[in-house]
Order: sequence, then C-alpha cells, then structure tokens
Amino acid sequence: MDFLNAVVQGTLLGGLYALFAAGLSLIFGVMRLVNIAHGDLIVLAAYLGLTTTVVLGVHPLVALIVVVPAMAGIGYVLQRGVLNHTLGDDILPPLLVTFGLSVIIQNALLEGYSADPQKMDAGVLETASVALGPLSLGLLPLLTFAIAVAVIAGLQWTFYRTPLGRAFRATSDNQDIAQLMGLNKRHVFGLAMALALAVTAVAGILLGIRTSFDPSVGGGRLIFGFEAVIIGGLGNLWGTLVGGVILGVAQTLGATINPGWQLLAGHIAFLVILAVRPNGLFPRISG
Amino acid sequence: MNTDIRVSRTSNAAKVAAALGALIVVILIAAPYWAGRADLRLMGEVFLYLALASLWNLLAGYAGLVSVGQQAYVGFGGYMLFALTIFAGLPPLVAIALAGVLGALISIPVAALIFRLRGAYFAIGTWVMAEVFRLVFAQVSALGGGSGTSLPTDIVRSMADDRSAREALSYWLALGAALIVVTAVYLLLRSRKGLALTAIRDNELASASLGIDIWRTKFFVYVVTSGLTAVIGALIFLQKLRISPDAAFSVNDWTAFVIFIVVIGGIGTIEGPIIGTLVFFLLRETLADLGTIYLMVLGLVAIVVMLKAPHGIWGFIRHRFNLQLFPLGYRVVIADHTKGV
Repeated sequence: MDFLNAVVQGTLLGGLYALFAAGLSLIFGVMRLVNIAHGDLIVLAAYLGLTTTVVLGVHPLVALIVVVPAMAGIGYVLQRGVLNHTLGDDILPPLLVTFGLSVIIQNALLEGYSADPQKMDAGVLETASVALGPLSLGLLPLLTFAIAVAVIAGLQWTFYRTPLGRAFRATSDNQDIAQLMGLNKRHVFGLAMALALAVTAVAGILLGIRTSFDPSVGGGRLIFGFEAVIIGGLGNLWGTLVGGVILGVAQTLGATINPGWQLLAGHIAFLVILAVRPNGLFPRISG
Repeated sequence: MNTDIRVSRTSNAAKVAAALGALIVVILIAAPYWAGRADLRLMGEVFLYLALASLWNLLAGYAGLVSVGQQAYVGFGGYMLFALTIFAGLPPLVAIALAGVLGALISIPVAALIFRLRGAYFAIGTWVMAEVFRLVFAQVSALGGGSGTSLPTDIVRSMADDRSAREALSYWLALGAALIVVTAVYLLLRSRKGLALTAIRDNELASASLGIDIWRTKFFVYVVTSGLTAVIGALIFLQKLRISPDAAFSVNDWTAFVIFIVVIGGIGTIEGPIIGTLVFFLLRETLADLGTIYLMVLGLVAIVVMLKAPHGIWGFIRHRFNLQLFPLGYRVVIADHTKGV
C-alpha cells in the first residue's frame, strides 16, 4: 500500500519536474543552449509570484496572469540582449554567461528578499484532497500534473502545428538556410526563450505553492529538470514528462525507505539510466 | 639576405619572468617570518584558489571538459582528510597525499559514466555527481552527517605543537601545493600529452585524424585533475579545521569563483589563472563589505569579459605584446628580433 501510494505521489511530483524540464528542453531543442541559470529563473518566477500575490492581494494562480508575461518579456530581452551573443560552436561562452547570470539572480534575490524561506498562500488548494479508493490524492499535485500535461501538449502543438513552431524547427535544423528563407534567427531565438520562460513562470508559481523556497534553491531545480530531460531523451517533450515521472517516483520510493535517501534515489535512478541508455529512453536529437 | 633564423621555445621575457618568479617564490617561502597571522592565512587561501583555478583551467581550457562539479573532489578530499586521520589514525600529511590517490581512483568510474554526456550536458552531469557525493557524505553519521564535524585537537596538535608553527606549516603546504600544481600543468603541457591536448583544444576532428586518442587523453586529464583537486580540498579543510557537506560541496565556493577567476584571467593559458586569482582577491578584499552586491559585480564582470574579451586579461596582454611567460609554443627567432609564429 505504501508502495502504491509512493508511486502515485511520485508520478504527480513528476509533473512538476517535467515543468522544470520543459523550458530547458525547448531551448536546447531550438538553439542548443543549456541554461545554467534555469533553476534560478524558476525561483525568480516564484518570487515574482509572491510579490504579485502580496501587492495585489490575489490568489497565486491568478498571479500567473502577471508573472507569465513578465517572465516571457525577461526571456526575450535576455536572449536578444545577452544570450544571442554567446551562441556558436564553442560551448564555453553560453555556459559561463548563464553561470554568471545564475550568480547574479541568486544574489539579487538575496538582496531583495533576504535568505528567509518564503511560501505562497494558496488557501484551501494546499490541503484539499480527493479520495481515490484507498489513496488520498492532493488537489494541488493533481492540478500540477494536469497543468504539466497541458503545457507539454501545448508546446508539442506549437512546435508541430503552428508557423512559430515551424520557425523553431527550421532554425533548429539549419540556421543559415532559415535565415535565407526570411526568418530572423535572433528574433526566433528570442521568442523561444520567451516561451521557455513563460513555462518557467508556471513551474515557479506551482513550486512556490507546493513548498517553501529561498534564493539558493535554484541549482537543485536545474538539476531535477536536467535529469528529467536526459532520462526522457533530448528533444522529446513527452519523453521529458516520462523522465520527470521516473525521477519523481524514484524520489518518493527512496523517501519511503529512508527520508535521507529521497534526493539520492532520484540521482541514482538518473545515473543508472545514463549508464544503461546514454541517450535517454526516447531520444529525438543527438546531443 | 643572410639573417640568422632559429627556432626557439624560450624568450627573454620568459627568462626574466622565471628569474622574477624564483625571487618571488623565495620571498613567499619566507612569509611566516615577515607576514602577520591574518596575512598568512589570506595568502594561504590565495594559493589554494590559484591551485584550484589552474586545475580547472587545465580541465576546461585545454581538455575542453567544462566541469561545474569539481567541488565533488574538493569535498571528497576534505572528507578523506577527516576520515583517514580520525578513523585510520594516519598523520595529516599522509592523509592528504592518500586523499589525492583516492580522489583519482574514485574519478575513474565517475568519468566512465559522465563522459557519455557531451558539452554543456557534461557540465551539468558533473554537478549531479557532486550532489551525489554531498548527499552520500551527509548520510555518514560517523562524520557528523548533515551538520558536519571538526578535526579533533589531538590530530591538529600532532602536526606541530604551537599555533604559529602550525599556521606556518599550513601556509607552506598551500604554497607548495600551488607551486606543484602550476609546475605540473606547465610540464604536462610541454610534454607529448600536452601537445595532444593543445591539438584537441584547437580542433578535435583534425587531432583525431592524426591518431590522437581523444577519449583517453581527456580521461587522463580528468583523473589527474580530480586527484590533485582532492589534495587541494584536503588542504582547504586542514586550514578550516571543520567540515560539513554544504561547505565541502559548495558549488559557489569551489566552482563558480574558480570559473570566474579563470575566465577573467584568461582561459587556456597558464598565466591566466594566476592573474585571475590576484584580481579575484583584490576585488574580494576591497568589495567584501558589500556582501551580495560584490558577488553580483563578480558575476557581471565575468559575463562582460566572456562577451567582450573571451581570452581574458592575459589573452589581451599576450595579443598586445606577444608575450608568453611560461614558454609552451615554439617561435621563430630572426636575428635579435623575436617574432611569434
């Protein structure tokens, strides 16, 4: 019974990890950029959500109306102002610049909000649950998972059914030819980052409702997202969801054995999959 | 035209630098006799950061292995010092050396696993490994679990009886480690393996077609730097006398700062980490009161350097004055006028 419960809770937790990962997966797919500051951007979104709820006195989910466009705007400006200058064959510049960004965001949050853990108040949503047979499922984890599925379906649809997605895929395949076809790759990359950070905003708000957060937790969120991407296979969005679920289940199973093993079990699951299937379970593109 | 042309590795600048460097080293060795306690401690820290930066530079700047997880070996070395002295009763100096050997050994299976990841994903993979190390050591209750432990006083006393002698010893160890690391990196790069490394850095495909085993060369560099990083980690925590998982495996302290040092100084040069370390500590000592603002400035400086001057301060100087203080490459010397190739 504990086992089944752990698996179900882990699966729902995996939805949150898939949301952490979806933005990473998207920008890697479009421009081969790995954003070390991704976790800190998730935390930034959580803090923006906190400020919005406090200042406007609204529910955290309503704060999404403010935070999602704000993060998308930050993403576009960040990409065109800074990150576009780092793209090229050398992997060092994007890595180091996003590393620098990570340190800047962390310390800016520390300066603005102090190191005290914060949490968003979502009222009854935090404790409400539905009974499913012998199991009791929290409404918030269920909602998170549903949002994750919807976001990934939406990204998938954008990618394969819209002109924007066509532009993403074209630029991803061959930047020069995409340019010749009249696409401005700098703008396309800006839009991709905007979309990725819009997803990050959703992830950040849900994180902030679920647990307390402080400016230093970004690195851990980046790692969870990264593990979900690698487990699922690079460039495969549905794979990323599966990766998130595997990670979540490994963590909750680890925690039922020994609370200290929760994170360790997730990392070990990742390393085992890396050892057995280096390209992840469902790879689309080669890294 | 009858000009005297020869190929030379060294240059007058390098000779002057070597003489000056030797003089500086002698002065530094004598530091316990002329410097105050606080200065000695600070200089010891400078040397350990210099060693970490030189090692990361070898890894990322020459072998192309951009790791953000070297804190795994810093922390591992630190914990090995504590474990080997507390449980095995080894003298601290033996424990430090052994920590290096163990660090190199543990890096072998780690490399086998994370070398499957490429480029930027390799970087985050190394971070995952460091997290695994941190979580594992946090589970070892004999070493204080998550809250850490202190080095027992009798072990500290066993190094030297009075405090100033201990501090001098700790300083010399740090200085010695920095000298050994810089010399080792220099000699490695001048060797046959170093030539292969430089070739890989410049063009991986071309060097593979010349018969260089890329995987093995990178693997070798990874294992060597990991072992040496573990030694430095042991020395860092010998200075601190207290260890905890969060301090030992801190990504900010042992990787972010080190990367900024190398990037600001000039990646892919031996001189770069030295200059970067000096700049880093200069900034830190003048701006430390600003706290978080200082770290934001540091991050900003690193970003600007990476975007505007990707070869760092030393890259700029070298380009401007055609200078190389640690002679690695060969130059054609025409008569008395030196000219780079």
